[in-house]
This record gives sequence, C-alpha cells and structure tokens, in this order.
Amino acid sequence: MAAVDKNMPILIVDDYKTMLRIIRNLLKQLGFNNVDEATDGSQALQKLRDKEFGLVISDWNMEPMSGLQLLKEVRADTKLKELPFIMITAESKSENVIAAKEAGVSNYIVKPFNAATLKGKLVTVLGNF
Amino acid sequence: MSAAVAPDEIRKHLVKLDRSRVCVDPNDIVEIVESVMASVHGDSDSINVKLHEEITALAAYIQQAKAEISSIGADEIKHKFIPDAAEELSAVVTAAETATHEIFEAIETVEALSETVAPEAANVIAEAATRIYEACAFQDITGQRISKVVKMLERVEHKVGAMLAAFGEGVMPPGDQAGPACKPAPASAPAEPAAPNKDDELMNGPQLPENAMSQDEIDALLASFD
Repeated sequence: MAAVDKNMPILIVDDYKTMLRIIRNLLKQLGFNNVDEATDGSQALQKLRDKEFGLVISDWNMEPMSGLQLLKEVRADTKLKELPFIMITAESKSENVIAAKEAGVSNYIVKPFNAATLKGKLVTVLGNF
Repeated sequence: MSAAVAPDEIRKHLVKLDRSRVCVDPNDIVEIVESVMASVHGDSDSINVKLHEEITALAAYIQQAKAEISSIGADEIKHKFIPDAAEELSAVVTAAETATHEIFEAIETVEALSETVAPEAANVIAEAATRIYEACAFQDITGQRISKVVKMLERVEHKVGAMLAAFGEGVMPPGDQAGPACKPAPASAPAEPAAPNKDDELMNGPQLPENAMSQDEIDALLASFD
C-alpha cells in the first residue's frame, strides 16, 4: 500500500455540527488538515462530483439523503466507486452493519467512538501513516 | 330507532351522515347495524326491544368514552402538553450544542497555544484536547436520543388529534365544537408519518446499551465477510 498523503482531501458528512467539529479536530490531530464538510448525503454527493476526494467519513442518519444512500450512490458511480468510505454512526444493530457492508462500506465505526478507534480505522482503510 | 327500519332507509341515513362529513366510515356503520340485526332472533317485538337495548348500550358506550376523553384533557394534551414538551426538549438540544461549541472554542484556543510551549507540554495539551473532543460526542448522541423522543411525541400528538376529531363534540374546546365533522387538521398538527421504506427502517438512532453492538462485535461481524 502506498504512503498515505496527509494532504488528500477528506469529506466528512454529518448533520450535527458538533460531530463535524469533533471529527475535523481529531483528523487535524492526526495530521489531516485538508477537510471539507457536508451536512447530508445529497450535499456530499454534489461535492464528491465537483472535486476529487481521497476519503469519505459519513454519518448514517441524515435527511434528505442518508449515509447509506450516499454510499450506494458512490458505489454506483463509475468515477467514485473505488473511493474509501468509512461510516461513523450511532446505528449499532447487526442489520445496519450488514447493510452497510453489502453496500460496499470500507469500514464502520459506532458512536460514541474514541480517537484511537478512528486512527485504527484510517490505518486499516488507507494504510500506515 | 325501530328494528323494522329497512336497510335502504339505514343507507339513506348513512348517506346523509356521510354528506355531513362525519368522521365515521359509513360502511363500518352498515356492518355494525347489520351485525346487530343479525344477532337478534324472535318476533318483531322482541327484536325491537333487543335492538333498542343494543343501540342504547352503544350510545352509552360512546358517551362514556367522550366523557373519559374529556376528563383526561386530551385537547390540552394535544395543544399544550405535547408541543410544550417537544419545545423544552428542543431547547435542551440547542443549549447543549451551544455549550459544546463554547468548549470547542476554548480547547481550540489552548491547542493553538501548544505550538508555543515545550514538546512535553504540547503532548499533554494534545492528549487532554483529544479526551475533551471524545467526551463532547455526548452532545451528538443525546441530541439523537432527544430527537427520537420528539418524534414519538409527534406521533402521540397525531393520534390524540385523530381521536379528538373522531369523537368531536363534547371533547373539543368550545371554538372547535362544530360537531363531529372531519375538519382539516390545524396547521400545527403533525402530518401522518409516511410509511418507511426499507432504508428508513434501518435509521433508528442510538440503541440502549443492552441492544447495541460494541465496536469489537462490529469489527468481528465485518471480518466475517472476508
């Protein structure tokens, strides 16, 4: 796996500004400063189609477009289908995890989470940094 | 009412009832009346007596239900208690969010200063900041939990509104007592929730601890796909 480019653009998607700020700050502590935000799946999808990102970190429970629907749209898009996609969500039932996996999620973090978990998943999805 | 009333006559009454926009399905009433008539046997006089008793009991039941609904203050529940409760809960979410962002402002200021201190001190600041960020995730979780409660309240509000509309006069406030007609829902009344699709059914928000999978269990489940 190639070295991780810490300047790669990362899109974080959540309808709670608090969570956006937490993830942004934790990413900053890990050295990832090129972070953009969206507050639902449809806004995120537009940003993904307008600009090249290296990773999506998305909540699930959002309106009008959920994180799961965003994931499905990403995997159905020929230009975006290989994009690493981490779900960070309070949805912690097995059927949610299975649905996300079947839709092509790269990894899955359940809220509340800690910084070590986030870092571990980034390493799993992107490689060591 | 007489048991000798022909079904055609009953239907005429029901058509009239329907035109008055009463919130009762006429077919339901036909079914009720026919079942009552089918349940009685014997000569005409005994049918009259039995039917009269059944209808009287039904009327008493409806009156009792209206009295009970009125006594529990269903209108006040719908128009005051539930909206007030939802408003209070929303205020809790807003206050918690505001406080959380104040905390963020403070810790981000401290983090910015860490660049000017010794590396050991900077590490201590970074670790403390991380713990604060992790702890502040409570606001996201509590916000989602409260949103679930508000949605439940909206459903209760809708059900109470439907009950008030169905029973009409006797339980509605004076200004609303236009009979048991199907009036349009007030602007503040929540619409009937749309039927969820398959993806919507997966959006349940935070689970109670005993129902939630841990990160380790989720990791094991994900690994089982490999």
